[in-house]
Amino acid sequence: MNKTITIDGLSVPFQEGQTIMDAALAAGVYIPRLCHNPEFKPHGSCKLCTVKVNGRNVASCTMPAVEGQQVLNDTDELNADRLALTQMLFVEGNHLCPACEKSGNCQLQAVAYYLGMMSPHYNHFYPQREVDASHPDVILDRNRCIYCELCVRASRDADGKNVFGLSGRGIQSSLVVNSASGRLGDTSLAATDKAVQVCPTGAILQKGKGFTVPIGRRVFDHHTIKEIQTGGGHD
Amino acid sequence: MTERQIRLATCSLAGCFGCHMSFLDIDERLFDLVELIEFDRTPLTDIKHCGPCDVGIVEGGVCNAENVHVLKEFRKNCKVLVAIGACAINGGLPSLRNNIDLWDCFQEVYQYEGGLEGGVVPNDPELPLPFDKVHPIYEVVKVDYFLPGCPPSGDAIWRFLTDLLAGREPKLEYEQLHFD
Repeated sequence: MNKTITIDGLSVPFQEGQTIMDAALAAGVYIPRLCHNPEFKPHGSCKLCTVKVNGRNVASCTMPAVEGQQVLNDTDELNADRLALTQMLFVEGNHLCPACEKSGNCQLQAVAYYLGMMSPHYNHFYPQREVDASHPDVILDRNRCIYCELCVRASRDADGKNVFGLSGRGIQSSLVVNSASGRLGDTSLAATDKAVQVCPTGAILQKGKGFTVPIGRRVFDHHTIKEIQTGGGHD
Repeated sequence: MTERQIRLATCSLAGCFGCHMSFLDIDERLFDLVELIEFDRTPLTDIKHCGPCDVGIVEGGVCNAENVHVLKEFRKNCKVLVAIGACAINGGLPSLRNNIDLWDCFQEVYQYEGGLEGGVVPNDPELPLPFDKVHPIYEVVKVDYFLPGCPPSGDAIWRFLTDLLAGREPKLEYEQLHFD
């Protein structure tokens, strides 16, 4: 017999060992997320995928699905929390969309659109962050990093290169590069590596590709991240 | 002709006037608009100070002392204050200088860059005092509505204004909301 949970009243089947996010993904139910990519082990850090299960807030990408769970997802309260988290991500870094090659294809921006973010609301940190342009084919702009660790996971688990890591804690966190010089150009990173492709923001970009598709004709210019990430699935 | 009751003021602080250009992109709908509103201070009327208004639209962030004076004048006089464009909302491109020392910026522009006579940093008392960082306007005054975009399209501006003037809560279509 199929085991099921309910998400916003909809019955969703799952298999033992799956998370709430896994079940939602399989059923085409959109739960906002930034640090989660189904190809990699969950990280549970961005908290955008927070849902309410039996009255408690949990990260759906790490919470195992259990028979009979009543999950609330697309509620005004949770979306307000997600909006606040997104706004905090914006003010914590230097996210200047008009100056970013990723604009229109950026998941941080797309989540902000989806949640109807009209302003970052909080006071800006304008942190001092380093740009690393030493690699011939890839640029690392830490101003746009949201510490999702997708590049860390991809480089370690898919590319087998361990190029990236997070250093420091809290507001002192930074994305570091695993080479003696600390420079990207001195690593074995290749532009074709998964680590380069998975960045949800414009922190890691392939050089020379920025405007292949012009602004205004990019993925999230015309489609919501919900439509893209569910393949036009459930409402 | 209906009675023109709604007074509207606009200004550009640390911006490029691109949002004002986009405002002009509502094209012939400007004729409909001027049936509904009366312009107060704006670059269109060249009025220098803002009087009591219903709506104030501010483009650009805050990068110097004069910006603060203008912004506070708008806030004091406008019942509804609107931040238009990326710069007013998060500092925008001018805030790219926020991580560069201000004096380094001045030297780069006025001393190291060729072609400027004298090669000295201007220091006239008439020039507004620059701040070390550029800030969005909501970090200085309360802002009632935000209209993002760099610039927002004429259609987005028209949608916003028609909603606002009709007394509706302004709401953009998905494709009208963008940060670039």
